[in-house]
Amino acid sequence: MLTSAFEAHAEGVTLVEFVLLIGAGSLGAGFLGSLTGLGGGVVLVPLLTLVFGIDIRYAIGASLISVIATSSGAAAAYVREGYTNLRVGMFLEIATTIGALGGAFLAARAPTSWIAVLFGAVLIHSAYLSSRTHHSEAKAGPSDAWATRLRLDGSYPTPAGPRAYRVHGVLAGFGLMFGAGALSGLLGIGSGAVKVLAMDRAMHLPFKVSTTTSNFMIGVTAAASAGVYLNRGYVDPGLAMPVMLGVLLGSLLGSRVLARARTRALRIIFGLMLLLLGVEMIYNGLTGRL
Amino acid sequence: MRGPAWTDQRVDEIIGTLLRVGVIVAAVVVLAGGALFLMRHGSTIPDYRVFHGEPAYLRGVSGILSAARALDGPGLIQLGLLVLLATPLARVAFSVLAFALRRDRTYVVVTLIVLVVLLYSLGSGGG
Repeated sequence: MLTSAFEAHAEGVTLVEFVLLIGAGSLGAGFLGSLTGLGGGVVLVPLLTLVFGIDIRYAIGASLISVIATSSGAAAAYVREGYTNLRVGMFLEIATTIGALGGAFLAARAPTSWIAVLFGAVLIHSAYLSSRTHHSEAKAGPSDAWATRLRLDGSYPTPAGPRAYRVHGVLAGFGLMFGAGALSGLLGIGSGAVKVLAMDRAMHLPFKVSTTTSNFMIGVTAAASAGVYLNRGYVDPGLAMPVMLGVLLGSLLGSRVLARARTRALRIIFGLMLLLLGVEMIYNGLTGRL
Repeated sequence: MRGPAWTDQRVDEIIGTLLRVGVIVAAVVVLAGGALFLMRHGSTIPDYRVFHGEPAYLRGVSGILSAARALDGPGLIQLGLLVLLATPLARVAFSVLAFALRRDRTYVVVTLIVLVVLLYSLGSGGG
């Protein structure tokens, strides 16, 4: 299957060639991740492990680094545009960072084959999510008590001026964020899909507020587990360098093209790719090859 | 929004700038370290198929700092990655300060908790 494609030729690849190949692959992952809004992390780890035959622990370490870079870069723009709800983000970060620490702990103790299988499941779920774009509508009625206490209600810019919204389901959203953080720390992904889901479905935030606030939290969440990975020796400079720079450049290019691109067809292709990679990850995990 | 100096919008703008500068500086340092690394070791054969873990000096802040000062390529790359890690950390630390200046106790506590978790992760490595 995919695994042997590169490994057969991997013997004797020099560091320069390796860095160029990984950099090009990461650029593609960042580009697609930014165009489809799913982030580069979900394709990056399968790319590094299945195609390049890299140990999954190195792959996760490098992926986390790239996640911090792209999230911080994009958040810089979104925060200035005024969509991001900083209070919601900062409050939920308590849950995501603690979850991420827990995930990073677990990653050191769980067998890599389990991590591969879980990763495969997340990929298949992302594939499913990418096939549908429906999201919930704003909910009427008063905000919940926690939203009032924490002053979470906000407003976002529209062509007709700022529009106010209320925040619901704060505790449910907070609880889900532990899971999002744990997945991020365990798998080295941003887990933006879970974060958006929690804010969209449980807290009924406007969609653009959910996606930008999710992106805002991703950097801090990933930093909480990246510290642990760095201390454990999972972050390799020779790998993290091309991955970080490649993904960063790719996602910058992606956001430039985004305004003009027809993303529907792309999302379908990307979804199929995720499905294929997910099955492959699970297969390799179950047969003990990862 | 007490006091004209620390409006939400101003805090947003400073946070935006902070994140942007952090990522740019990190990328430049990583690029410089990568160039040094490739110039000196470009023709070696890397092996990432088997996990060995990084040498101790590339795992902690003090080791990375002294390696980077000696212009060691991998050390310089790790320094760039540390700058990248410090970017969200600086953002959270700035938020603590901004909320404190606005006497917003609830959010001082909220952001302090996040700051402690981040420092714990970076410092002890979580065991």
